[in-house]
Amino acid sequence: MSNHIIDASNWVDRYGDYLYNFTIVRVSNHEVAQDLISETFLAGLKSAANFKGEASERTWLISILKRKIIDHYRKTNSNKGKAEVRIQYNSEDSEGDWLEERVSDPFDKTAEDTMENTELGMAIHDCLDTLNSKQASIFKMKTIDNFDTEAICNEYSITPSNLWVIIHRARTAMAECLEKSWLN
Amino acid sequence: MKLFLKCEEANHTCDKNQYKDASLLELIKLNIHLIYCLACRKYTARNTKLSKLFKKSEIKTMPFDQKSAMKERLRHEIAK
Repeated sequence: MSNHIIDASNWVDRYGDYLYNFTIVRVSNHEVAQDLISETFLAGLKSAANFKGEASERTWLISILKRKIIDHYRKTNSNKGKAEVRIQYNSEDSEGDWLEERVSDPFDKTAEDTMENTELGMAIHDCLDTLNSKQASIFKMKTIDNFDTEAICNEYSITPSNLWVIIHRARTAMAECLEKSWLN
Repeated sequence: MKLFLKCEEANHTCDKNQYKDASLLELIKLNIHLIYCLACRKYTARNTKLSKLFKKSEIKTMPFDQKSAMKERLRHEIAK
C-alpha cells in the first residue's frame, strides 16, 4: 500500500549533490562515485513501489546508496591476496627501513579532522535543503563551484543585483542554520 | 564621493568580498563603516566564518555534465 507519490525526475537536482558528497568521502574516486549514484537512482526507481513514505526520500535513497557502497567494497576486496599488507619501499636505498620510521606524520590531517569535515559537509547539505531550490542552486554555483557572477546571471537570466540579494538571503539562512553547532 | 555607507551597502560589500568580488575602494568604505557600526562588524564576522566553514568542509558538487547525463538516463528509465 503506497500513498506516496514519487517524482524521480527531480531526484538529480534535489539529491544529486548530497549523494555525491556522501559517496565521494567514502570511495574517493570520482568515476566510482558517479556509477554508484546512477545505480542508486535506478534501483530506487525500480523499487519505488516499495517506498512507504515512512522515511524521507533522501534517507531512503541514502540507504540504497549505502548498500551499493558496501557491495562496491566487497567486489574490490574479493580477489585473494588483496587484503595482505605489503610494504613497498619507495626507493632502493630506503630498503631495510622499518615500519617505526614510517609512522604517520603528526602534522598531517588526522582521522578526526576528516571525520569532522565529513560531518560538516553533511550539515551544510542539511541546511541547503532548507533553502528553496532556485536559491540553493544559485548559492551552490557561486559558493562551491566558484562560477562568475556573470555566468550565473546568464544561466538564470537574472541581474547581478538579483543575484546578490539571493546570495545575501542564502548566506543569512545558512549562517542561522549552522550557527548552533558550527559557528560558535 | 560618498565615504560613509549605509548598513545595507556595507553588508552587500561584505557579501561580495566573500567571493573576492569587491573592489579596493569598496573594501576601504566597508572598513570605515565597520569602525563605528557594531551590527555590521557582527555580520561581517559571521559571514567570514561561514566562508571558512565552506572552505574547510571541502564540500563538492556533482559536475554539471554528469548531472544532465544522469537526468537523461533517469528520464529514459521513467518513460519505459
